[in-house]
Amino acid sequence: MTVFGWLQILFILALVLASVVPLGRHMARVFAGERTFLSPVTGPIERGLLAAAGRSSLGPQTWLGYTLAMLVFNAFGFAFLYAILRLQAVLPGNPRGLDGVDPLLAFNTAMSFVANTNWQAYGGETTMSHLSQMAGLTVQNFLSAATGMALAAVMIRGFANSGGDRVGNFWVDVTRVTLHVLLPASIVLALVFVALGIPQTLVASVDATTLEGAKQTIALGPVASQEAIKLLGTNGGGFFNANAAHPFENPTAITNALEIWALLAVSFALTHTFGRMVGDIRQGWAILAVMAIILGGCLVVAYSAEAGGNPLLTALGVDPSLGNLEGKEVRFGTSASALYAVATTATSTGSVDSMHESFMPLGGFMPLLLIKLGEIVPGGVGSGLFGILVIAILTVFIAGLMVGRTPEYLGKKIEAREMKLAMLAQLILPATILGFTAVAALLPSALASLANAGPHGLTELLYAYASATGNNGSAFAGLTANTPWFNTTLGIAMFLGRFGYIVPVMAIAGSLAAKTRGSASAGTFPTHGPLFVGLVTAVILILGGLQFFPAFALGPIVEHLLIPTGQTF
Amino acid sequence: MSHHPLASAPSLFDRGILARATVDAFVKLDPRRLVRNPVIFVTEVVALVVTLVFVKDVATSTGTPVFDGQIAAWLWFTVLFANFAEAFAEGRGKAQADALRKTRSDTVAKRLLFTDPDEHAHSGVSSLDLELDDLVLVEAGDVIPADGEVVRGVASVNESAITGESAPVIRESGGDRSAVTGGTTVLSDWVVVRITAAPGSTFIDKMIALVEGAERQKTPNELALSILLSGLTLIFLITVVTLWGIAGYSGTTITVTVLIALLVTLIPTTIGGLLSAIGIAGMDRLIRFNVIATSGRAVEAAGDVDTLLLDKTGTITFGNRMATEFLPVPGISVEGLAEAALVASHADETPEGRSIVALARGLHGVAEPAGVETAVFVPFTAQTRLSGADFAGGSIRKGAIDAVMRHLGTRLDQTPAAFRDAVDRIARTGGTPLAVCENGRLIGAIHLKDVVKPDIKERFAELRAMGIRTVMVTGDNPVTAAAIASEAGVDDFIAEATPQDKLAYIRSEQAHGRLIAMCGDGTNDAPALAQADVGVAMQSGTQAAREAGNMVDLDSNPTKLIEVVAIGKQLLMTRGSLTTFSIANDVAKYFAIIPALFVATYPQLNTLNVMGLASPESAILSAVIFNALIIIALIPLALKGIAYRPIGAAALLRRNLLVYGVGGLVLPFVGIKAIDLLVAALHLA
Repeated sequence: MTVFGWLQILFILALVLASVVPLGRHMARVFAGERTFLSPVTGPIERGLLAAAGRSSLGPQTWLGYTLAMLVFNAFGFAFLYAILRLQAVLPGNPRGLDGVDPLLAFNTAMSFVANTNWQAYGGETTMSHLSQMAGLTVQNFLSAATGMALAAVMIRGFANSGGDRVGNFWVDVTRVTLHVLLPASIVLALVFVALGIPQTLVASVDATTLEGAKQTIALGPVASQEAIKLLGTNGGGFFNANAAHPFENPTAITNALEIWALLAVSFALTHTFGRMVGDIRQGWAILAVMAIILGGCLVVAYSAEAGGNPLLTALGVDPSLGNLEGKEVRFGTSASALYAVATTATSTGSVDSMHESFMPLGGFMPLLLIKLGEIVPGGVGSGLFGILVIAILTVFIAGLMVGRTPEYLGKKIEAREMKLAMLAQLILPATILGFTAVAALLPSALASLANAGPHGLTELLYAYASATGNNGSAFAGLTANTPWFNTTLGIAMFLGRFGYIVPVMAIAGSLAAKTRGSASAGTFPTHGPLFVGLVTAVILILGGLQFFPAFALGPIVEHLLIPTGQTF
Repeated sequence: MSHHPLASAPSLFDRGILARATVDAFVKLDPRRLVRNPVIFVTEVVALVVTLVFVKDVATSTGTPVFDGQIAAWLWFTVLFANFAEAFAEGRGKAQADALRKTRSDTVAKRLLFTDPDEHAHSGVSSLDLELDDLVLVEAGDVIPADGEVVRGVASVNESAITGESAPVIRESGGDRSAVTGGTTVLSDWVVVRITAAPGSTFIDKMIALVEGAERQKTPNELALSILLSGLTLIFLITVVTLWGIAGYSGTTITVTVLIALLVTLIPTTIGGLLSAIGIAGMDRLIRFNVIATSGRAVEAAGDVDTLLLDKTGTITFGNRMATEFLPVPGISVEGLAEAALVASHADETPEGRSIVALARGLHGVAEPAGVETAVFVPFTAQTRLSGADFAGGSIRKGAIDAVMRHLGTRLDQTPAAFRDAVDRIARTGGTPLAVCENGRLIGAIHLKDVVKPDIKERFAELRAMGIRTVMVTGDNPVTAAAIASEAGVDDFIAEATPQDKLAYIRSEQAHGRLIAMCGDGTNDAPALAQADVGVAMQSGTQAAREAGNMVDLDSNPTKLIEVVAIGKQLLMTRGSLTTFSIANDVAKYFAIIPALFVATYPQLNTLNVMGLASPESAILSAVIFNALIIIALIPLALKGIAYRPIGAAALLRRNLLVYGVGGLVLPFVGIKAIDLLVAALHLA
């Protein structure tokens, strides 16, 4: 590890921290239906769209009405995207003349983009037409992110409201989030990206002559616009197969820094939105602190593992001073690569600027751990916030009893119904990840997709299902995912991890909203101090750790312990 | 509060209860009963599976019968220990119920033949044949046959069967002292009682059912906690079942026994095994405190209370006004005034009169003036509104200021300025001034005030530290109420309170999401008692009040509301702390079992064997043994409850987290290592 490396990391994280308050405040206004500084521009569009929808469908909804609206909306999104992918050969905007996407891959991809996962079992430049990229994938990049943020607003209202069963209107929330947050931010960011050298064109490719005189066709396309929303919306689906390691997606250290900022900004800022809307900003900072502690811890481990280099190569005489550079871009180095890897898995983004598979065992363990902790530190836009609030509810329940009262969080009593729903939501993750992994581990046809044997192969499997269920979408690589088994099971895992989780969580929000909000006293458990931060952190680590410790022990941990013996996989 | 008939029953290690609980632990193995406790039910099912594995080992002479047999045995012990904890907690209640049942003997009731309560013609019927609204005559020496309400007469009743208090109480028709309880005895006079509870649903029957736990249902918080524990059990079930496949990939075959050992050590058996015992013990603590809760829900609600409504009289102040100060007019000494007041009050048996005598003697050391024995006491009458004494040398009178002024034929503004100031000050501070005159001359004033109980202010400070607001309810005017409220240190007061005011106050607090506790005894308290989240009715109160509240205080001591809250909190804290302990234990168990599982395939994983356990088998066995023994070790804590201190939520959490969270992380490392040393030394594995 170098001082310069740390400075680079701290600079980027400071940028994220600096944007928390202004962005969080802006989103609080958006959720509250208030005017924002963008209203003069977006106001007419917003009114026009909502008027077109009709007044009758825009009244406040119950949690169930809201959730059903969200499910219907996403079902249409899925069908629309699936149709575009299947029909891209006959649709316009296909300059490379690509074929229609085959059914299972189209299912997997459509589910992946609707569920904000952006798992890519295909190489973008060789599979997707411009129309599929722009009208299909990029549209879902916006809408899946807007869906997540709208649901976070419901969860926040569950705490902020006192009595009543209305939690807002899905159509209004999605429209406002898209118009006031995601679209303007993406436009600005895309323009900055273009200025920094990322291509934005409808030309399919350019031909170049290499130094050796060979002809090379280099794929091009509307990259900058997709790049912006893929990060801001924690989607992560790259335009190119190499994702953000590709020089057209991420040409310089500056774009790299900006990309890391973009993928962390909204999720972190939502904690401030939460604090503002519940009327106690400290509550938001406490949640942010939990996220920062775990993310920071993982970063230290990952960076030190990567910066230390591979002892087996060092023994062969390779200079370890630049760290483990296998699978990394030299223009980013180990510090920015480690930060990108941790940030993209801590949020459910999943874009990569280096190959996680080539990380040292402990370095690669951190992204896997972050995904398995449930994509909540800080997690995907919106989904991270409501995910960590579910953990906060569990924490309050266990620890809150220790002060001798029925546990309360933000004045809302946590009772049997909330516990039932919270445990239901918590079951989805281990059931899906471990269930599919265990079956795949015994299935010869699934194992044929693994590029590596032993613990490393197990990590590839675990990572794939964790990434799909956690809606991350990054791959440990090494796994040939475009097979019927993986396209189907990973698609199901993405569906369960997104919608199977959302429904009980929305029911919690509805149940909380209906409760009268009590006021805090000396007898209630304070949820803004360091003690609470420590407790939530411990619950996330213990609960997540206990579920996956056996699998970790057989994957990255044993691989790490095997290094001194010279065994690699 | 000096008697605790129910508390005198079982100590923690009563032999009879131990024996009965041991038998019950086996009876409770019945899966139909155990299924109510999912964590322990899962343990029983897997214990059965390992037992079958053991039988197969022995029958086919394969496998590892010694290891499988030991694991099976310890799994059964785990279930039995959990059953024992519950049975033991119930056993204490059962012993108390037996004591109560003795009071419920079949007696002959004198049922009136006519519906006119003044017509005492009666016939004898069995008390079990009484019906609602029957009228019965109960005379001196008779046992009251069932719960009822006195409609005629007045009698002294020995209620020690219920309250343990041997001093008789007066029960009379009308008013707030009309309720009588079946099983109590009339000592003198007679009453006609209208039966208000059919046999089998009387107060004593309810008490028996409650202490026995026959009607025990899971309380809301207990239910929520069981859901958490079931959820954790399911999660660990998934972890363990899928481990079979994942380990298979890694080339490790894990036996069913070992997988089950891992499962049982991971699922929260500690808190799962003790959960119902904790709930029963919470009710039990309340009962030994002579408070009967009609449901466990009420005990839990007590822990959640945000606001206490306390009646001023009897709770905050000693029921009566007491003399606290003598304020003579210029020219008269304090002793002179005290002596005169003593003479005037010598034969005055009212509490005020007695307090004047006590103050004169105690504070001012006034000796008995000569001739006081021969003085003629002049009692208080509605006409004069004065009392005093006539004696050889003259007369002394004391009374309200205006009465004395009229007696002296003067007006307040003609009295000395010092006297007027004194009277004014007394009135402003919420006291009552009495004027004293001797031989037609004003000699001073006596300050009568509501005396706040000596340690009540500290109690309220404690409550405030617990985050509980105290509200004083009084019929006094706002000035008096404010003075007493500030002296006692309550947070708020309701002056000139009517029952409607109380009800309205409770409703408005509840609308803000706050839980209210109150106590009351009168029929007009009943609506407020019913509305309050915790309503403690006094055993001495009316039937209506007792029906409306969700707790009955057998000692009729309103101050106990504060302890009731502490008991509720203790119950919740015990649950939370043991849950935290149980979950924290898992970390050490992982470090014992995971290396043991895979060390054959990957010897490097022995690095995780931080405890340095002897062998994979002994590591697994030690973890299972620790898991079983910890239940037994924690039974006393579960029954006694963890200590509650009024130090505020944040400090309390820090303390409990340190003891049960950090302790729960560390203790099993030590415990499993110790057991492993023993297991290795005895060559058990």
